[in-house]
Amino acid sequence: MDNSVSPQNSLVSVQNLSFSRGNKKIFDDISLEFERGKITAIMGPSGTGKTTLLKLIGGQLFPEQGTIIVDGNNVHRLRRSDLYNLRKRMGMLFQSGALLTDMNVFDNVAFPLREHTHLPESMIRTLVLMKLQAVGLRGARSLMPNELSGGMARRIALARAIALDPMMIMYDEPFTGQDPISKGALVHLIKSLNTILGLTSIVVSHDVQETAAIADYIYVIAEGKIVGQGTPKEIEQSESDWVQQFMTGAADGPAHFHYPAKDYVDDLLSTGKRY
Amino acid sequence: MIEFLQQLGIKTRTSFTKLGRGTFFLLQTMSGVLSVLPRPRLLLNQMHSIGVLSFLIITISGLFVGMVLGLQGYYTLSDFGAEESLGVMVAASLVRELGPVVSALLFAGRAGSALTAEIGLMKATEQLSGMEMMAVDPIKRIISPRFLAGFLSMPLLAALFSAVGIIGGQLVGSGLLGVDEGAYWSQMQAKLDFQDDIINGVIKSIVFGFVASWIALFEGYDAIPTSEGVSRATTRTVVNSAFSILGLDFILTTLMFGDH
Repeated sequence: MDNSVSPQNSLVSVQNLSFSRGNKKIFDDISLEFERGKITAIMGPSGTGKTTLLKLIGGQLFPEQGTIIVDGNNVHRLRRSDLYNLRKRMGMLFQSGALLTDMNVFDNVAFPLREHTHLPESMIRTLVLMKLQAVGLRGARSLMPNELSGGMARRIALARAIALDPMMIMYDEPFTGQDPISKGALVHLIKSLNTILGLTSIVVSHDVQETAAIADYIYVIAEGKIVGQGTPKEIEQSESDWVQQFMTGAADGPAHFHYPAKDYVDDLLSTGKRY
Repeated sequence: MIEFLQQLGIKTRTSFTKLGRGTFFLLQTMSGVLSVLPRPRLLLNQMHSIGVLSFLIITISGLFVGMVLGLQGYYTLSDFGAEESLGVMVAASLVRELGPVVSALLFAGRAGSALTAEIGLMKATEQLSGMEMMAVDPIKRIISPRFLAGFLSMPLLAALFSAVGIIGGQLVGSGLLGVDEGAYWSQMQAKLDFQDDIINGVIKSIVFGFVASWIALFEGYDAIPTSEGVSRATTRTVVNSAFSILGLDFILTTLMFGDH
C-alpha cells in the first residue's frame, strides 16, 4: 500500500489529476483538497466531468495521471479487497438514487448491513428505522422504489448511504430535477447530517443557490481546469469571467451561446447545398 | 477497396475484443458461483423467475410440437405400414433434437431476453455501479446466481418439453389416428437407449443452458446504459443465442451420433 502523506486535515486529496475520454480531455492536471468534517462543493457546467471525478475518487475509474488519496490510502494502488473495505467507509448518493428496484425501501436500506455485517435481524431493523427516521421517511418503509417520488428516492438512497456509518458521502447532483420543497429538504439533510454525524461531504452540483448555501468551500471547474475556488463569499466576488458567468447564469460569456459554426451571413448566402 | 479492408479490420477487431470481454466476464461469473452456494435463497429466487416462469411457454409449445410430430410421423410411417413405430419416432426426435433445441430457443426468447433487459436496466439506472460503491461485487451478487439458475433450469425445462411432447404425440397418434397405445409406449421403451438418446439430449440442453445464460447476462452487462442500448442488447441476445444454439447443436450432433 502506498502511504503518501496527504496535507494536514484533508480527508480526500486529489493531486495533479488528468483524465480523458476518447480524445476529449476531461481533467487536465487539477488538484483539489477536501477537508475533514466540511462540505466541499464542486460546481461547473454540465458535461465538465463532475460525476467522473466522484467515480475516480471511488476507484471505479482509473486516472491517466495523478493520485487520489482517501484517508491516507492511494485509491488506485489498493488491492481489490482493500478498496472494497475503503468503500464501506465511503457513501455515495447517485443522481438517480440507484435503489435496487426489486426490493422495498426497508430492504434497500438494510442491503449494505445484510451484505457486510452478521447482525441479527432485530438489530438490523432498529438500525434501518433509525436511518429512515433521520431522513424523515420511516413511514415509507414498505413502499417499492417505483412508488417513490424523485425526492423521496434520493432521501432513501441517502439513508442507505449512511447505513454503514461512513466517514464521508459523495453527492452526485443531489438537487437536479427536484421541486423546491424536495430541494429544501435535501439542503437541510445534507447540512444536518454533516454536522450531526461529523461526515465529510463532497457535493457535485450545478445548482448555484442551494450549493452556495451549505458549502464551506467551492471549486468551480470548466473545460478540465479549476477556474475558481474559495468560500461561497469569495466565489461570489470572483473576478473570473467563467465563475461570473456560471454564478449569474449569463447566456453568453466564456461558455458560448452559439455552437461553433462558420460566419452567419456567408452561411445564409451560400446556395446549392441542402444543409 | 482499402476502405473496405479497413472496415473489415475494425469489425474483426471489435468482435474479438467483445469475445475477450465476454470470456473474462464468464470467468468472473464462474468464480462467483461458489459464493452463491452459502446463500441458497438468491439461487432459489432466480430459479423461480428464470425456470418456473418459463413453465407455461415450454409446456404449451412442447404439447403442440409433439402433436404435430404425431400427425406428420403418422402420415409418413403409414406409407410403410409402420404406424406402430410412431412412439419411437416422436420420442427419439424430441429427446435427441427438438426437446433441447426448441426449449433452448424458447428459453433464450423468454428468460434470456428478460435477463438482458433486467441487467441492462440495472446498469442504466446505476444500480450496478451503486452496488460497487457499497463494496458489493455485482458479479457475485447479481450475475452468478442468475447464471447458475439458468444453467440448472435449462435441462429441467428441456426434459419437461420432451415429456409433454411425447404425451402430445400419443394424444394425436392413438387418440385421433388410431395407433395402438400399447405399441406406442412399448416400442418407445424397447428402442430408445438411455445412454445414446437421453443422456446425449441432456448433455445438449446443459450446453445450451450454459451458452444461452452466458450470452444473455453478458449482453446485459455489456449494454450501452441507455434505453436504446438496452433494447439493442435484448435483440442481440435473442439473435446470438439462436445462432449459437443451432450451431452448437450441429457440432454436438456430429460428435454424438456421427459414427452411427
